[in-house]
Amino acid sequence: MMIPESELKNIERLRWQCRRGMLELDVLLEAFLDQHYEMLSPRLQRHFLQLLEFPDPVIHSWCVGGENPDDEEFVELVDSIRATSVA
Amino acid sequence: MALEKQRFDTLILGAGGAGLNAALQLANANLKVAVVSKVFPTRSHTVAAQGGVNAALANVLPDNWHWHMFDTVKGSDYLGDQDAIEYMCREAIPTVYELEHNGVPFSRLDNGKIYQRAFGGQSQNFGGDQAARTCAAADRTGHAILHTLYQQNIRAKTHFFDEYFAADLIQDQEGIILGALVLDIATGKPLLIEAKTTLLATGGCGQVFRTTSNAHINTGDGKAMILRAGLPLMDMEFFQFHPTGIAGKGMLITEGVRGEGGYLINKDGERFMEKYAPNAKDLASRDVVARSIVTEVREGRGCGPEADHVMLKVNHLDEAVIAKRLPGIRESSKIFAGVDPVKDPIPVFPTAHYVMGGIPTDRFGRVMPTSDDDGDHLPGLYAAGECACASVHGANRLGGNSLLDILVFGRLAGKNIIDYVKDNPSHRPLDEANVEWAMGRLGRWDTKGEGITVSDLRKEFRKTMEDHAGVFRVEDMMQEGVEKVRAIREKLADVRLTDHSSTFNTNRTEALELENMIDVGLSIATSALHRKESRGAHSRPDYPKRDDAKWMKHTLYWQEGDKLEYKGVRSQPLTVESFPPKERVY
Repeated sequence: MMIPESELKNIERLRWQCRRGMLELDVLLEAFLDQHYEMLSPRLQRHFLQLLEFPDPVIHSWCVGGENPDDEEFVELVDSIRATSVA
Repeated sequence: MALEKQRFDTLILGAGGAGLNAALQLANANLKVAVVSKVFPTRSHTVAAQGGVNAALANVLPDNWHWHMFDTVKGSDYLGDQDAIEYMCREAIPTVYELEHNGVPFSRLDNGKIYQRAFGGQSQNFGGDQAARTCAAADRTGHAILHTLYQQNIRAKTHFFDEYFAADLIQDQEGIILGALVLDIATGKPLLIEAKTTLLATGGCGQVFRTTSNAHINTGDGKAMILRAGLPLMDMEFFQFHPTGIAGKGMLITEGVRGEGGYLINKDGERFMEKYAPNAKDLASRDVVARSIVTEVREGRGCGPEADHVMLKVNHLDEAVIAKRLPGIRESSKIFAGVDPVKDPIPVFPTAHYVMGGIPTDRFGRVMPTSDDDGDHLPGLYAAGECACASVHGANRLGGNSLLDILVFGRLAGKNIIDYVKDNPSHRPLDEANVEWAMGRLGRWDTKGEGITVSDLRKEFRKTMEDHAGVFRVEDMMQEGVEKVRAIREKLADVRLTDHSSTFNTNRTEALELENMIDVGLSIATSALHRKESRGAHSRPDYPKRDDAKWMKHTLYWQEGDKLEYKGVRSQPLTVESFPPKERVY
C-alpha cells in the first residue's frame, strides 16, 4: 500500500482514525500521536498509518496484550507505542 | 450554498451489532438503506465485547429458552418487561443460527456444534444448577460478529456513510421523524438524509462518567437526539458499574484478579472489604464492592495525591501465577496505571460499564413516545441496542445478554421496517423550519471569540456525574448534582471552539458530543434522584430496600422542564405464566 506524503502530515485525520471501539486503544493511540508521531521517520509514520487499518483486537493484542506482530516491519513501531506514557 | 439532500427507504444511525444486523435484513429485502457511522463500522464499540451471546441451544448442558427467560427476569430485579424478555429468549436461538449461517466463526465442540460456556446468573430449571448458555468466538466474539455483518452488508449493497456525525433528527409538525441532519467529518459539510423510516442504533453513553470502560465514541448521541426531538428516555438511572477500573482511566481489571487472591486496601493499608462483607470480602457482589470503594474514598481513606481511589493488591501473589492466570493484567497495569502489579498495587475505582436505560421501544424496536400503558408507537421510528430500552435488562443486565439484545432487536426492527415501508412507500414532505432549527444548532459553533473550552467543561461535567450520580447515591448529594449539571448545561452557551477549520475538526465533533453527553447526563441524574428505592444497579443507602409497591414501574424522562412520568412494568409474558417478584438471591 503506497501512502502519499500528504497523508502522513494530515494529523487531524489521523486523530480521528485513532478513535477506536476500545478505550485502551483510544487512550494509547491518541497519546502516541501527540507525543511521538511527528518525530518518527517517514518509514515509521507509514507503518503507523498501516497499523491503523488493522482490526482493533489485533492492534490491542500487539500494543496492550504483549504479542508481537508477525511482520518484523511493525515491531519497532509497536515497541514505541507500548512505551508511550499514558499513566 | 444549498444543503445537499439524499433519500433512502431507511436511515440507520450507528454501525455496531444492532445497526448492522438491521441493515442486513433490509438490504437483503432490496430496500435502499443508509448506515451513518462516526467511525469506520468495524471500529464500533461492539468490537470490545469479548464474552459472547446467550442462547438456549442446549449444546453443552440441558437448556431451554424458558429457563433463560427466568434468569433474565430475575437478573433485571423484576423491572424487565416479561413480554419482551420472552421474545428475546425465544428469538435468541434463530438469531444465533442466522449469524452462524452468515459466517460468524463460533467456537465449536468436538461434535461440531457451537460451544457454549457458563457465565454467572445462568441456571437450569429456574434457579437450579449452573447452565452453559453463552456462544462465543474465542475471546473476540464482538469483533467476529461485527466483521461478518459488515462484510455481508457490503455484499448486500448497504450504503455506508463512514465518518459522518449524526447531529439531529428531522421531524414534521406531527412529530413524525423524516430522517436526520448529518455532518461529513472529513469536510465539515452538512448533509440531509431523508428516510421513510429511521433506526437509532448509536450505542451506550459511558463517557458521561469520568471513569468508564467505554470507548470515547460512547457519548449517547442517539439518546440525546431523541431528547431534543421531544421524546423520552426510559430507566436512565440504571447504570452498571464494574468495581475495579484503573483509577482515572477506566480500563477494566477483571474480577479474576480478586478470584486469584488479589484484595483491596485503603491508604492505611487496611483490607477494608472485611468490614463491609465479612464473609465474601473482596468477592462480594459487584455493587457491594463498588459502593465500599466509594465509601472509603468519601470518608477520606482514598489513596494518591487527590485521595480519590483505592489500591488492588496482587504483589503478594507469585509472579508465575499472575503470568499464567491473569494474562494481560500486568501489561495493562504497566501501560495505563504506570505500575507493575508484581511489585506495586494497582490504583482502582468503579468504572461505568453499561446503561440499561435508553429510548423506550416495544419488542419490535418501535419507539414508544408516551407513558400511557396502552399507548401506541411513533410510526416509522425505531431504536435497538444499548441506545434503546426494550426493556429486557430492567434494573440490571446479565452477562451475555447485551450482545444478544443488540442482535435480536436489530434483526427484529429490520424485519418490522420491511413491513412498514411496504405499507408506507412514500416520503413525507420535509418541514423546512425544522431543518433550519437543526442547521442553526450546527451553525452556533461557528461563533468565534473567548469562552470556555470544550475540554474544560467536559472535565467538569464528567467529574460532577461521577461524584453526584455515580455509584454512591444519597438524596442531598444527588440533588446538588442535578443542580450542578443544570448549571453546566447553561454554561454550554459560553463554550467556544479553539479550532474553526472544516476538515476533520475533532474540536467541533467533541463539542457536539459534549452537548449530547450533558443532555443524557441530566436524564441519568434526574431519574436517579427521584427513584427512592434500591433495585438492581440503582443503589440508594438512604432507601436500601427494593419497594415493589411504589417503584415497580419504569421512569420516563423528558428534557423539556426535566419532566418525569412513570409507566407500569409489563409483567405478563406472551405465552407462559408471569414470574412474580421475589427477593433476588444468588
